[in-house]
Amino acid sequence: MLSNYVPILVLLVIATLFAVGSVVAGMLVGPRRFNRAKIDAYECGIEPSPAPAGPQRFPVKYYNTAMLFIVFDIEIIFLFPWALAFDSLAVFGLGAMALFMATIFVAYAYEWRRGGLEWD
Amino acid sequence: MIVADNHLLLAETQKITPPSIEYSSLSPLLIVFAVALVGVLVDAFATRSTRRVIQPILAGAGFVGALVAVAVLHGRHAVLASGAVAIDAPTLFMQGTILVFALLSVLLVAERRLDSSGGAIVASAAVTPGSKGSTAARTSEDVQTEAYPLMVFSVTGMMLFVASNNLLVMFVALEILSLPLYLLAGLARRRRLLSQEAAMKYFLLGAFSSAFFIYGVAFAYGFAGSVEMGKVADAVGTTGKNDIYLYLAVALIGVGLFFKIGAAPFHSWTPDVYQGSPTPVTAFMAAGTKVAAFGALLRVFYVAFGGLRWDWRPVLWGVAILTMVVGAVLALTQRDIKRMLAYSAIAHAGFLLVGVAASNTDGLRGSMFYLVTYGFTTIAAFAVISLVRTGDGEASDLSQWRGLGRTSPLLAGTFSFLLLALAGIPLTSGFTGKFAVFQAAIEGDATPLVIVALVCSAIAAFFYVRVIVLMFFSEPLTEGPVVVTRPTLTFATAGIGAAATLVLGVAPQPLLDLANTAASSGFVR
Repeated sequence: MLSNYVPILVLLVIATLFAVGSVVAGMLVGPRRFNRAKIDAYECGIEPSPAPAGPQRFPVKYYNTAMLFIVFDIEIIFLFPWALAFDSLAVFGLGAMALFMATIFVAYAYEWRRGGLEWD
Repeated sequence: MIVADNHLLLAETQKITPPSIEYSSLSPLLIVFAVALVGVLVDAFATRSTRRVIQPILAGAGFVGALVAVAVLHGRHAVLASGAVAIDAPTLFMQGTILVFALLSVLLVAERRLDSSGGAIVASAAVTPGSKGSTAARTSEDVQTEAYPLMVFSVTGMMLFVASNNLLVMFVALEILSLPLYLLAGLARRRRLLSQEAAMKYFLLGAFSSAFFIYGVAFAYGFAGSVEMGKVADAVGTTGKNDIYLYLAVALIGVGLFFKIGAAPFHSWTPDVYQGSPTPVTAFMAAGTKVAAFGALLRVFYVAFGGLRWDWRPVLWGVAILTMVVGAVLALTQRDIKRMLAYSAIAHAGFLLVGVAASNTDGLRGSMFYLVTYGFTTIAAFAVISLVRTGDGEASDLSQWRGLGRTSPLLAGTFSFLLLALAGIPLTSGFTGKFAVFQAAIEGDATPLVIVALVCSAIAAFFYVRVIVLMFFSEPLTEGPVVVTRPTLTFATAGIGAAATLVLGVAPQPLLDLANTAASSGFVR
């Protein structure tokens, strides 16, 4: 039974090697030219928001997008296995999946109507 | 890739038989869930002014519809959806109770004539307290109408919580009921800072307790090889299993549930959250969450860990005694009326645990009856509290209630009656409820527990009566709070709650019979 876990173990080793290897390779062969942007905290390509001290406003639009991404990410996690087992799940699977997606689109419609998708 | 290929092979070789789901038996849950989704769509597509009108009606109609569905389902006794959900008489009893309390709470939330500008729910909850926008949000006619779908989602979770026959489903239900409540706690129109603090504390501590619960579920699975309650119960009886896992499971799941019912030493969130939340939400939490959490607690301890009775009873005794003492004694020192009722809620959780500790059919019956009586009284009490106001919102400081009996005798009289019910004076539902629970405990060989409970009731009576004395036997303040007389919906709720308190105190038999029928038919396994 434990042999079922071998692929996971292999994946774990590959992931570790890849992560460590990339960092080490970058350190060995990469050029070292620092500027302000490189030393700043990395925030997915936008200006890092300043740490709010006390009651201070900070933009939430980025978090909105991130939350929406997670919602659809979760949806995909369920969609892939369903797509693979579509035949054997038949009508029941189709109904359950339609219900699941309908509930997700309710949330999506809400965010869209409330301006969650407008960047400015 | 290797993993994916394996799955592909499985899919081709095996035919999966779909689980049979009896949608009709799940109809109360499905109705409420559908209404919550429609509520979100209404919030997305309707204009601001129509939302305010549609949302409460939609939520109320949904609760009534689900209540009808519960009534139709009576007598159903089955495990559904591959063992995930149990529909039996105690489940239906508690689902019905939750729906009635939710209906009353919606009336309170929908009240718009309380504040000079609108209801108890703020116009935009994300505005920083104290900023320019926060004044606008307080005085705006708008309401964060998301409160209604959130409430309905929470009720969905509560109804699933009492019906879960599977510890994992129970965890999901716990989250569905809790997450909307965390948000609702932060929606008060007045005292924004206090409200946001309440929401934050509730969220952090709630997340913490959920983690305990799921950790316990993992140990239960490690012990029994299943998260289904019936299978856990079967595994409890067998030898040769690792008992340490079982004890860890009981302890950790217990912590998660004790947190939700507000039992000591997991009660510390209760006063802050009760005080900071909008009063209608506090009423909803106090009544609805208590029913749901006790429903789940009863099922877990009676069904899944029923065979372990002699091991968990001493722990339950300890928690019950501590809860009653902490609730009753700390309530004595409170100066804020909502905090006082929060500690009173803790004490009541202790009294209810006495019924659970009885671990017999009478204990189940008594607990269910007590939950109904306590819920009605507490909703009515919070409704009355929301009526006594100063220019700054509710007059929650006890000193402001001085002499209220002279200036507005009807309100003070009603509140006194409700406080007497909470204290457990005869001719109120509080007495019959306590009687049912204590009687069950004596029959269940828990007499010492009943003696502690009686002492704590006496201590608790002191702080209830102190408020009554304050209202009737002291001089009114010259610039005291004003009792708002316009709010019809709040009056209706307070009236229904007080009437139920009286009726269940004078003629409790019909409801007792109903609870008895439900309890003796028992939990399905």
